[in-house]
Amino acid sequence: MRRLFDEELADLDNQFIEMGKMVARTVDKAVVSFMAHDVDTAQEINNRDHEINDREAAIEKKVFEIIALYQPVTIELREVITILKSVGTLERMGDYARNIAQSTIRVKNRNKNDIRINSVERQISEMGSATTHAVDKVLEAYVADDATEGIKAAEAADKISESVIQIRKTVLEAMKNNADTIDSGADYLVVAGYINRIADQATDIAEWIVYKRTGKIVELNPGSSTFI
Amino acid sequence: MVSRNKIVESIKNEVEIEKYVINLSSKHQRAIETKDLTISYNGKKNALNKTNLAFETNKITSLIGASGSGKSTFLRSLNLIHGENTLIGGQILYHGVNINDPSIDKFEVRRRIGMVFQRPNPFAKSIYNNITFALTQRAKYTKNQLDEIVESSLKQAALWDQVKDELNKSALSLSGGQQQRLVIARALALKPDILLLDEPASALDPKSTMQVEETMVNLKKDYTIIVVTHNMQQAARVSDYTAFFHMGNVIEYDLTRKIFTRPKVKLTSDYVAGNFG
Repeated sequence: MRRLFDEELADLDNQFIEMGKMVARTVDKAVVSFMAHDVDTAQEINNRDHEINDREAAIEKKVFEIIALYQPVTIELREVITILKSVGTLERMGDYARNIAQSTIRVKNRNKNDIRINSVERQISEMGSATTHAVDKVLEAYVADDATEGIKAAEAADKISESVIQIRKTVLEAMKNNADTIDSGADYLVVAGYINRIADQATDIAEWIVYKRTGKIVELNPGSSTFI
Repeated sequence: MVSRNKIVESIKNEVEIEKYVINLSSKHQRAIETKDLTISYNGKKNALNKTNLAFETNKITSLIGASGSGKSTFLRSLNLIHGENTLIGGQILYHGVNINDPSIDKFEVRRRIGMVFQRPNPFAKSIYNNITFALTQRAKYTKNQLDEIVESSLKQAALWDQVKDELNKSALSLSGGQQQRLVIARALALKPDILLLDEPASALDPKSTMQVEETMVNLKKDYTIIVVTHNMQQAARVSDYTAFFHMGNVIEYDLTRKIFTRPKVKLTSDYVAGNFG
């Protein structure tokens, strides 16, 4: 009865890709709205986080049913497991996007005397778009079932943690020199950290793409997952 | 989102239940339904105790359970096949009529509710005559009409393409899976609306099993199918609903995906998982 199972699997695959696109869009919006101090968009991201969580739950439920009803093996088992493992990662990426949105809201409501650090905002912006790019790439690799592209996406994600080190230095320096930058500086640090985590999670998904294709469990960017 | 308190509450209030039968709502059309159906042989202990099951139209329902659980007894009773000294109490409602009644024409019932058995049992006749035999016993048909019925029945049973050029060949020369599909075609030729299948694939190899399962899934748009199976995975793969029988009782009847992911009765869970006894 392959045919019915194939339909179920294709449906699961579509649901996963849809959710992936939704998360990628949310991450992108979260970063852009942080840079633009766009509280409305940030508020929207915050309010709609549950949609991502609901999708995760629906996909998980579907995976459990597929395993119980069809007992997939070999490539089909790996496909189902890849989705089960990656869907939780996608959900957490959504959570980090929501956290960035919450920082955006906080930054906007802050004391008027606080000083922004333009150079850091620029760096975060670059880091953000590099991360969005890595997330897009990893999803493309998933859709194309291309492990090599997945590895490339992980390499791009790895570079992002280098910029976080630079941001940390600049922010700490500014904080030492001028106490009025401390409040905004603290937010820059956590937001850079959130973006870095999102990039790490793109790597996690890339690892599952490699597993799906090859059956091997790999670690693509060992030692890169410090928060900031 | 379910609140935390509600989850805690529902875990606390969880009690082990002994029986669960899904209640088909009025929007689910019922093809056939039993009310307090009880069956005993030779006045001995009941083979089936007061069974109330309703089957949804155009769905596949699997009946599972160990040997002697009453599932095959139940299935046969729907087709009014039971030996002498069999006592059947309760009702079998088909289109609102109780067919468990001596005044009912059993042959008419068996035409509308077709049955396929475990071992393919084609007649020792040609493929063509296997399908037309029952028809021509009861009424007159023109050659054209018969040709049409043969073609459409074989197509529905997904056998036409394989046998269309050799309809005069003996049915016994077909493979097991083909014979079983021929028997299904034979039942379909009588234009039933319910098909009862008693372990239709248990005598077949995996490939033929797959073909029969595929045929079943394709048939459900036009028929209601009730299938007895010992193969748990078959029940999981093909059916919309599953009923679990144990010692003459229906222990649990629910959507198949629920039976296989979170059954409500522990006995069902044990049986489906293979931890029985």
